[in-house]
Amino acid sequence: MEQQVTGRPHSGMSAKEVIARRVAQEVRPGMLVNLGIGLPSLVANYIPHDYGVFFQAENGVIGLGARPPEGMEDPHLTDAGGSFVTAVPGAASIDSAMSFGIIRGGHLDMTVLGGLQVDERGFLANWMVPGKMVPGMGGAMDLVAGAKRVIVAMVHSAKGEAKIVPECTLPLTALRRVSLLVTELAVIEPTADGLVLRERGPDISVEEILAQTTAKLIVTGDVPTMCLG
Amino acid sequence: MRKAIKPDDAAALVPDGATVLIGGFMGVGTPERMIDALVARGARNLTVIANDAAMPGKGIGKLVSAGAISRAIMSHIGLNPEIQRKMISGEIEVELVPQGTLVERIRAGGVGLGGVLTATGLGTPVEDGKQVIEVDGKRYLVEKPILGDFALIAAQQADYSGNLTYSLTAHNFNPIMALAGRMVIVEPELIVPVGVIPPDAVKTPGVIIDHMLARVA
Repeated sequence: MEQQVTGRPHSGMSAKEVIARRVAQEVRPGMLVNLGIGLPSLVANYIPHDYGVFFQAENGVIGLGARPPEGMEDPHLTDAGGSFVTAVPGAASIDSAMSFGIIRGGHLDMTVLGGLQVDERGFLANWMVPGKMVPGMGGAMDLVAGAKRVIVAMVHSAKGEAKIVPECTLPLTALRRVSLLVTELAVIEPTADGLVLRERGPDISVEEILAQTTAKLIVTGDVPTMCLG
Repeated sequence: MRKAIKPDDAAALVPDGATVLIGGFMGVGTPERMIDALVARGARNLTVIANDAAMPGKGIGKLVSAGAISRAIMSHIGLNPEIQRKMISGEIEVELVPQGTLVERIRAGGVGLGGVLTATGLGTPVEDGKQVIEVDGKRYLVEKPILGDFALIAAQQADYSGNLTYSLTAHNFNPIMALAGRMVIVEPELIVPVGVIPPDAVKTPGVIIDHMLARVA
């Protein structure tokens, strides 16, 4: 879905770049990571090559590589969005049962997914808008239910409408409190007590964040500016 | 040694109204020649169980366009506007199933299990109408097994005994569906003599395959 960018760009940096750079800071060397289609896939651009991170595509590859040179695509090697990819040294191809066994069984260190709404419980809605958009959940429900860490990467609000809300009005993706929410305005950690504002976007004030959030945010002391690597 | 059959003869085995499992992910690893033959035969009223509806002009998208499908059980239809339109108009009844649940339901059907217990879908519309049970203090949805009248799968190599290999992301649902069809028809890219595929490289043993498509003439 086309979403209007609400944050002020930081020295020419788009909202999406701010989000992708900040999410990349969460990735540790040696992790197995699944990136969703769209904005989350940009995170790969900001992870150092020497981290030895393996990316999983749920259609059946562990060790997803960059786009192949034109004319050298393998029709049997795509990502979950159907785009041609390559495989890195050490990669493995697997069937869908193994792929989702890895996801559901807690073997996936981190998933980064887009979001339509996140609420005060830390619950995510990201797969349908009744009557408008019914693409199917694909692997999203398994990813949110099964990954060790679930990071939601999304623009803070859509066309002036809040996406961080008291309670999701859209159908939920899972009954799982997500690990972290990263927008171009804020880093928010869902906890048992509620949503805690951890960091501010570049040149963004706490007031600006609160003005674009209908959920209650817990703010304690000075909120530092996010590190973009 | 098996006899390879032509796509038209294979399509004639699949009657209108059949429940058909079809391998592939966004058209990758999908038995395209088999689908073309079903479209050419004018197949109708099929229940298609597959990961997704691909896109118009590709894989299962061709069956959608041809009006061959009346019911679909899939995890994703977002890249095919045509099936979304037909779902809204009521022409195709669509059941959306989480991808990991779909593959395990098919696996359960194929390996003789009575279902799957999974936490995926709890607290979402997927839970509606389903039994929830508790095991060791954890809640799970009871998801029923899926079997098809036919499994139409794609493989990279088949030897004369029907032993199969798959390539890269063209594995997807194919090796799982191979067990879950009452009749299994494979479309290999290459047919090789027995012995070319080492036993350790066989992903689907030929004994469970009923028919294989002949190479492109």
